[in-house]
Formats: sequence, structure tokens, C-alpha cells
Amino acid sequence: MPSYVINEKCDGCKGQERTACMYICPNDLMKLDRDRMKAYNQEPEQCWECYNCVKICPQQAIEVRGYQDFCPMGANVIPLRGTDSIMWTIKFRDGSLKRFKFPIRTTPEGSIDPYAGKPEPDYNRIKEPGFFTHQGEGVTMPTP
Amino acid sequence: MEKETCTFSYCAEPEIIEVETDILLIGGGMAACGAAFEACRWATPKGIKVTMVDKAATDRSGAVAMGLSAINTYLGENTPDDYVRYVRGDLMGIIREDLVYDLGRHVDDSVHLFEEWGLPIWKTLEDGKKVDGAEGKRVAKPLKEGGKPVRSGRWQIMINGESYKVIVAEAAKKALEYNRQATGVEQNHFERVFIVKLIPDKNNPNRVAGAVGFSVREHKAYLFKAKCMLVAGGGCVNVFRPRSVGEGMGRTWFAVWNAGSTYAMPAQLGAKMVQMENRFVPARFKDGYGPVGAWFLFFKAKATNALGEDYCAKWHEQLKKEYGKYAEILGTALRNDAMMRDMKAGLGPIWMRTDLAFEEAKKHMDAKELKHLEAEAWEDFLDMTIAQAGLWAANNIRPEEKPSELMPSEPYLLGSHAGCAGLWCSGPEDICKKHGLDEYFWGYNRMTTVDGLFTAGDGCGASGHKFSSGSHAEGRIAGKEMVRYVLEHMDYKPEIEKPAKEYVAEIFLPFEIYEKYKNYTTDPNVNPHYIRPRLLQMRLMKIMDEYVGGAGYWYMTSKTMLEEGLRQLELLKEDSVRMAAADHHELMRCWENYHRIITGEAHARSILFREETRYPGYYYRGDFPQIDDENWKCFTVCRINPETGQWEFEKVPYKQIIPD
Ligand SMILES: Cc1cc2nc3c(=O)[nH]c(=O)nc-3n(C[C@H](O)[C@H](O)[C@H](O)COP(=O)(O)OP(=O)(O)OC[C@H]3O[C@@H](n4cnc5c(N)ncnc54)[C@H](O)[C@@H]3O)c2cc1C
Ligand code: SF4
Ligand code: SF4
Repeated sequence: MPSYVINEKCDGCKGQERTACMYICPNDLMKLDRDRMKAYNQEPEQCWECYNCVKICPQQAIEVRGYQDFCPMGANVIPLRGTDSIMWTIKFRDGSLKRFKFPIRTTPEGSIDPYAGKPEPDYNRIKEPGFFTHQGEGVTMPTP
Repeated sequence: MEKETCTFSYCAEPEIIEVETDILLIGGGMAACGAAFEACRWATPKGIKVTMVDKAATDRSGAVAMGLSAINTYLGENTPDDYVRYVRGDLMGIIREDLVYDLGRHVDDSVHLFEEWGLPIWKTLEDGKKVDGAEGKRVAKPLKEGGKPVRSGRWQIMINGESYKVIVAEAAKKALEYNRQATGVEQNHFERVFIVKLIPDKNNPNRVAGAVGFSVREHKAYLFKAKCMLVAGGGCVNVFRPRSVGEGMGRTWFAVWNAGSTYAMPAQLGAKMVQMENRFVPARFKDGYGPVGAWFLFFKAKATNALGEDYCAKWHEQLKKEYGKYAEILGTALRNDAMMRDMKAGLGPIWMRTDLAFEEAKKHMDAKELKHLEAEAWEDFLDMTIAQAGLWAANNIRPEEKPSELMPSEPYLLGSHAGCAGLWCSGPEDICKKHGLDEYFWGYNRMTTVDGLFTAGDGCGASGHKFSSGSHAEGRIAGKEMVRYVLEHMDYKPEIEKPAKEYVAEIFLPFEIYEKYKNYTTDPNVNPHYIRPRLLQMRLMKIMDEYVGGAGYWYMTSKTMLEEGLRQLELLKEDSVRMAAADHHELMRCWENYHRIITGEAHARSILFREETRYPGYYYRGDFPQIDDENWKCFTVCRINPETGQWEFEKVPYKQIIPD
């Protein structure tokens, strides 16, 4: 389902060098039209509907509508992503709604300290199987 | 056609940035993030530099960009021996058991890290109650300390995985930053830089020395030089014509942006590939490609034909007659085969009976539990295939009321999911030496046949069913070996033959061509002098679908069809020197599609070489419809000879190390 940008809501990320949606799209689809200062999806038929642009837009200006080669009109799926959970609102074609909230993360964003409390690598054992974590914790790898 | 060259007479010459590093990671997906984590730990105290280059933003790049609802490889109480048996069974008997075993013994550590970093993992409590999210973390022990995961299958565990990639990327970026600070380099993580080509060493054509690419944001070209490299750009999607060809062309099952760079770039350098005839044709919810695994394994739903018959049960005896021991337990390929037998007989649509699964659940669940089950069913989509939730809503489908249609998809090439195409890599020393696997071992674990060139995840062939966790772990295995490679080659200085500008001119040719000819016609889209990447891709997809066994042809092909397809691919390759790009985005599309063409060609030629139908349900050789163990229970290994440009094929013996 290709993403689309609602004219009224997009502020072009206030003219920054790179907009949030451009920054995040894994397929490089979002583009800023510098004359209008509005973003748009430059290749809707390459959109995976991963919703990353939708989730990141600070203005909530991006939504997604079903691919028209198979999807009937009128439904909508809208996320609201927080720091530890995400809320989804699903609007059916017949107008009924469903809402869900799911956890996304159990630690604060940015808090990972990858090697804290982890063993040092042992270069005498670099040729053996096992990661530095295994080796430092005394775990030996089985060999079949 | 006259050959064009880029002399920057029409398009502006980009600034060329040269980066020298020790270890270069191409890709920022699960495998490359794993490699960054492990390599930076080993490399940093020794002053070894690690650099990552990703064509997208690593926070959300690759196949896990949207999130996932399950980790599909977690051994826990299972043994690596059993893991090998399962992978071997599903991949029709031919896998590199050394690689698969090695993955099995390493993978759990990556899952433990994910949990520690903040990925919520569902847990089963003593009384059988399931908990997830923060509650799961609060009331249950971590997996590493004996916490029990919620299993959706023997190897799969359930997660709240919306932020899976963000979490894994955060750890990788921090690891890179630790390495950057210690080695004093200015930048070691490049985003939005697309790598087009690998460059051999000046003195040794079978050694990798450089990688050339460009920024899709600025008019800049990049030349990386490194002692060794990991290529981990994911699998290959949309090389075949997808079932939807309008807007829905992007709604593929596997990540649409993974374009076969992992196979094509090493292939151009002469690296050997293996099982490139293999493909994955997932049966998924029709059009939205929503995952079915949890429905089968976790919600215990059944798939039936339109008459309500279980097509797998119905065809089981017949399949055993045709495919013998391979049909004892119906693997993923043969379940597709059974489904298609009914579809061809007009017994479609095929339904996933979500309604019956809920009816069954009602018998032993109260209202609150049922509500939770319903939420879990939606989360399965919302965490990894949001389009499917939208499609259900647009069709007013509520799974508790109405079944949903299933369909076998277009083919994908990949080496980490339920497929095993990829590069031919050296195995682990201890296993290879102990079992006399000389053909599988040449020095460094997960190194390809090109010196200094490593791969992992979708890149490493003949060893599927790694999935997200296994790709991360395999990246770590390669990352550690790359540090060893650097330590053992401290004196090596990568050198390339030509000045950087010549390589850069080659990759900017589509710009030059566009600028040169764009005003020849009144509409730059229709112009006899060039081909834009969109139509190049359309042509590739059409050839692959029609001649190489695409979905439109029930996955059927033969020697004569393949030969005609290859003739047309040859012409397409010739025309690719006339690709045209109006901007950097389109320049990336040009080279992505070029990578798709090389990958597609490897696929077609490998199917032609293997004269049997090894993977019924994924593809069929109409002229060799049987599985032929006597002649073909072996690896099919191919390469492009870089001197002659010719494809070469060989059979390499399959060696069993884990008994049946
Ligand atoms: C729909 C779907 C469902 C899945 N379900 C599950 C599941 O339930 N459980 C599970 O465990 N696994 C699942 N997987 C599998 C898992 O996602 C993959 O196995 C894993 O991501 C493969 O890792 P990788 O590093 O090889 O590739 P990826 O993670 O895809 O990473 C590829 C990286 O390479 C970069 N790249 C590509 N080309 C270039 C280039 N030329 N230059 C620079 N960078 C480049 C990309 O931007 C990306 O960063 C699923 C995948 C999909 C798509
Ligand atoms: S992120 Fe939102 S506000 Fe910013 S440019 Fe994109 S659509 Fe506009
Ligand atoms: S939904 Fe995903 S693929 Fe589509 S434009 Fe947004 S970020 Fe890109």
C-alpha cells in the first residue's frame, strides 16, 4: 500500500537538510519537493508498505492507502509509535474500528551499551569456534 | 550497438571520496549488524578499523525493516544435530551440514543479546500462562537464565518485534562508534551509499581489494579499500514478475529493496556460488503476503481447498509414490506442490481456515483469552506485514468469522529463509577437519572462494533456515574470522589497478547517457538511445516468468525454454550498457536491476545444469520431472570465469555428517 503525504500537515520538516521520511525509507522513496516544501513518494509501485515513514513523521502527515490493483477502497491502518509501545487503529471498509496496543521495547531508546559487563576477547582462542561471549563465559562449543 | 563511455562530458563529475579501512561490511542488515558487533570487539584493542556501508538507514534497513513477530531459529532445549536434520529435511536433502551445525551451536547467544538489549520476548510461566512485553521481562527469567519462551514451533519463538531492527542496529552502531573512537577515524558508518562493484587486487585477481559506489543523497562517489570484506546485502526480490504488476509490484513477500547485490557483486569477481537453482516460493495470504507460520503452528489453523479438504493429507500417498522418502514428512516445497495440484484441478480458492481455528479455541478459552488471541493474530501482521492488516480491513475480513485465501507467490532467491541459494563458502575448521570435508574448507570460516571476501545471512549458500537470529549469528562468525584474517595479513596493503576515476566513470555511465540523449525526443521516457531502469526490470521479470519457471507458468520450465530465456537475457545484458538515469535515485535503480539480471542468469543457468526436479513445488523441469538422487544428490557450484566471462559449472559431493 503506497504511502501518501497529506498536503496540509507536511511542513517539509521545517526545511532541514534531510527530512525524517527521507532519512528512514529503506527503499529511498520519500522525496522533498523543495519548491513546495512538501514530501512525496516518488515511486509508489516500489513501496513495501513498511510504514517506517508513517511512524517517524513528526507531523503525522503520512498515511497509506491500499494498492489499487487489488485492494478495495475505504480502509485505513494508523500507527502511533511511542518509546515502549505502539498503538494501532484499524478502520474497516464498513466503518468499524479496532484498536490494539503492543509493546515494542523493554529498555529505553539509546540505552544499549553493547560490551558492558561482557568478557574481553581471548586472542589465543580466536581460531576456535564460539563467540567472545561464549569463550569468556567458559562455554565450549560441541563438535559433531 | 555502439559502446558508450562516460567521460563526464555531459554529466558533472562527482567528488570522489576514498576510504581506507581494514574490514568493510557491505550491508547493514541482520548479518552485517552481527558482524559489526562481534568484529568491533575483537578488532578494537588491536587497532583494526571496521567500516559499515549501507544503502539505507541502518535503523530500518533490510528484510527486518518493518519488524518481525517471531524469531525463527532458537535452539533452546534442542540440539544442533536435530537442527541439521530439520534443515536437511526441508531443503530436500542437500545442505552443507558443517555450516548448518556451526550455525546451530552459535545462534542462541545472539537471541540472548537481543533480549538483553530490549527486544520483548514472550514467556511461558510455570502455570502455563503466557506473558509478553515489559510484563514478560518483569515476571519471567531471561532466556539465558532458563526462562521459557513461547514456542510457535519447535524452532520458533514469539516476540513483540516491531522495533527488532532498531534495537539490533543500535547495538551495531554503538559497536562501530567504539571502534571509531579507538582507531581515531572520522567516519566508519556510511548510510545511503550504494555499492555497485567490487574491485580485485592489482596483484591477485582472486583477491578483493576495493568496493566502489555512490551516495544517493549527494553527488559523491566512494571508493573503499579494505583488507577483507563482508558482502551481506540480503537476497533477491522482484527478479521474477510478481503476481501484482501495478502499484502492488512493491508488495512482495521478501523485502522489495533487496536486489541480489550479495550474489552479483561477488559473482562478477569470480566467486563460486552454490544451489543457485534453489528458490523460495512461499505460500502466503493472497496479495498481502501476510505470514502464515503462526497461523499453522501457533493458532493451529488448517488450510483446505474450496471443498474443505486438507490438500496435504489428500495428496500425501501420491507424493510418496512420486518423490519417495522426500515426501515422508511434507516439507515446505511439497506442501506447495500439493496445493497446486488442487488449484490446477479447479479446486481453489485455497483457504486458511482462521474461522475454524477460532471456533476450536472457543471450546477451551474464556472471553478474555479469546480477545487476547484475536489481538495476537493481528499483531502477527502488524509487526511484520502491515499491508495484510490493511487488506483484511478493506475486505471487511475478521479472521474469527471468515477464512482467508492462500496463494503460492512469485519466486525469491535467498539463503537465510527457507531457501539455500548463495555463495560457496569455507566451513568451520574443527568440523571440516574432523570429518574429512576437504572440499568444504579453505581457511577462513564463511570466506568465499575469493580471498578476503566473506559473506553471511542470505549470502551464504546451501545452509538455509537461519532466519533473522541465524543471520546475525552468522555475521558474527564471519566478523570474528575477518579479524583473524586481518591479524594474519597485517602487511597486506590493498591496491587496485586503475585510478579511482575510471571505476567511478563506469558507474556514472547511466547519468552521462541520459544527459547526452534526453533532449533527442520530446518525452525523455520514450527514447531509442537508452533504457530506463523501470523497463529494464520489466523486461527481466517477463523473461524470468515466461522462460525460467515463474508463477505465471506454474513454475514449469525445461532445457529448451531455458535456452531461449538465456538468449533473451544475453540481449538484455547487452542493452544494460545503455541504462539511463535522471537522478541518483534512478542511478541506484539501474545498478540494482543490473544485479538482479546477474542473479537471474545464475538462477537460470543453474536450473539448466541440474537435470532433475529437486524442489517440486518451487520449480519443475518438465523434461526431468523426478528427483534423481543417483546423479544429482550433490551441490551444483557455478562461477563466472573472470578471464573469459564464461560460466563454469561443477558438481561437488554432498557429505553427510549427522546421521538420519
Ligand atoms: C516478510 C519477512 C518475514 C520474515 N519472517 C521472519 C521471522 O518470522 N523470523 C525470523 O527469524 N526471520 C524472518 N525473516 C528473515 C530475516 O529477515 C532474514 O533472514 C534476515 O534479515 C537476513 O539477513 P541479511 O543480513 O542477510 O539481509 P538483510 O537483513 O535483508 O540486510 C540487507 C542489508 O544490505 C543493504 N544493502 C543491500 N544491497 C546493498 C548494496 N548494494 N550496497 C549497500 N548496502 C546494501 C540493505 O540496505 C540492508 O541493510 C523474514 C523476512 C521477511 C522479509
Ligand atoms: S517527515 Fe512528515 S513533515 Fe517531514 S517532510 Fe516527511 S511528510 Fe513532511
Ligand atoms: S511505507 Fe516504507 S517503503 Fe513505503 S515510502 Fe514509507 S518507508 Fe518507504
